[in-house]
Amino acid sequence: VKVPGAGLAKGLAVTWKTMTRPAVTEQYPDVQPELPPRSRGVIALLEENCTVCMLCARECPDWCIYIDSHKETVPAPPGGRERQRNVLDRFAIDFSLCMYCGICIEVCPFDALFWSPEFEYSEFDIRNLTHEKDRLREWMATVPPPPAPDPLAERPKELDAARKAVEKQAAGKPTAGRPGAERRAPSRPAADRPAKKDAHGGTEEAAADRRSDKDATDGGAEEGAG
Amino acid sequence: VTEVLEVALRIVLILAAFLVLPLLVGQTEHKAMAHMQSRLGPMYAGGFHGWAQLIADGVKFAQKEDIVPARADRFVFKLAPAVGLIPYLVVLVAIPVGPGLVAQDLDAGLFFVLAVMAVGVLGALMAGWASANKYSLLGGLRTAAQLMAYELPFLLGAASVAMAAGTLSLPGIVEAWRPWWLLWQLPGAVVFFVSGLAELQRPPFDMPVADSEIIFGAFTEYTGLRFALFLLAEYAGIVVLCALTTVLFLGGWKGPYDDALGWVWTLLKTMVLAFVVIWLRVSYPRLREDQLQRLAWQGLVPVALLQLALTGVVEVALS
Repeated sequence: VKVPGAGLAKGLAVTWKTMTRPAVTEQYPDVQPELPPRSRGVIALLEENCTVCMLCARECPDWCIYIDSHKETVPAPPGGRERQRNVLDRFAIDFSLCMYCGICIEVCPFDALFWSPEFEYSEFDIRNLTHEKDRLREWMATVPPPPAPDPLAERPKELDAARKAVEKQAAGKPTAGRPGAERRAPSRPAADRPAKKDAHGGTEEAAADRRSDKDATDGGAEEGAG
Repeated sequence: VTEVLEVALRIVLILAAFLVLPLLVGQTEHKAMAHMQSRLGPMYAGGFHGWAQLIADGVKFAQKEDIVPARADRFVFKLAPAVGLIPYLVVLVAIPVGPGLVAQDLDAGLFFVLAVMAVGVLGALMAGWASANKYSLLGGLRTAAQLMAYELPFLLGAASVAMAAGTLSLPGIVEAWRPWWLLWQLPGAVVFFVSGLAELQRPPFDMPVADSEIIFGAFTEYTGLRFALFLLAEYAGIVVLCALTTVLFLGGWKGPYDDALGWVWTLLKTMVLAFVVIWLRVSYPRLREDQLQRLAWQGLVPVALLQLALTGVVEVALS
């Protein structure tokens, strides 16, 4: 049954209900917005990770990444030979051209580029929107840690791959590894000392383990050669 | 001397009400409309929730250049805003706020009020004609058509309540009013209020100004203070219409403790009605020209005539 005027009443009800709810307006300069995770504000550069592979500059649809570099010769270590490495002279992103597609961040194979949610970097002069590498480096401080995956999300593939690699290593090792652990048991008191980091970032024990493994393989190789 | 002082006091009070109430309605419209559209509305002017927004707007309008188009009829063009605004000021004189609280108690107050309110629309007609602009002319024509269509139900609605009260005096109508009249005079009240809205050219009856199609119609060529006067006239018109509806159909100052708080009741009812005006504006889209005419001639006029008949029958039955 259609009541005459029901549509009119409905219209009034809609506006009334909207009025009783809080407004959606963001009072931005007074109240900072709550940005969603992975917000694309500005691109930060972790210079140490950059190898000047130029992938970002080549993939950029706007050609707004400028990279200059030169090669430096690393003096030969004893018994080695000289190597060359790239040194970054200039890394600049022109944010007046950037369209925030994030392709540069996607393609970077060495995790040197990151999204930061900072967006307040407007300028009076368009030329100042070209951020040089020290300014891009400063944005690194504002890069948030990656958000935790959603509760029901698929597990990240990297995690599975890493776990599989560890399990494989553990499964392939038992003959060499387990006796080694037993052998080291008497020297346990050493574990009370603060673990000293070796050059590879592992503890002394791990280093010892690696050395013994290496000895074993070396021995095998000798046997094979002999 | 006391008489002169009293007259002066009344005039000052009327002027104050005339200057403050429309601004109050305007500010309410800013905020209520904003929240009905899930916005906040003015937030900065004056510091607290933009309370001074309309004052700031007034200052802005006053600073603007006063432009008269070269081909315009200068005298009529300049006179039009005054013609649009002053009638509402004059009407306020006759509207009773509380028992005995009226600037000038007129015997034929209802006649006076309705006649003077109709003059206000002339301002828009003059502006539309004098601007020498096709949009203004269109707006003026639409205003004229709307005035013709809605003046009749407006008067008939008021006539019904005058008949019921047996007097044309506005305080007299309030004195005669009884709560059950709310039901008895309901159709008349709706007709009066709706056609009053149409006379004020408020949305959804804003075909004559229709900013999105004929660029504010008769007001297209106006800037600065003159335009501000037209806007003020619109809000003064809302105040007057709501006050009149209150006095005629909602029992004016009647309510609990009306000996002491009568004027509060009048103001309260007026402001509630003003809110309804704003509410209707936000909720409904603009009526097309033919819909406007159909509503007036096929809807409001018959209802008003039926109300008149009903009022007559009940009056005879009661006496």
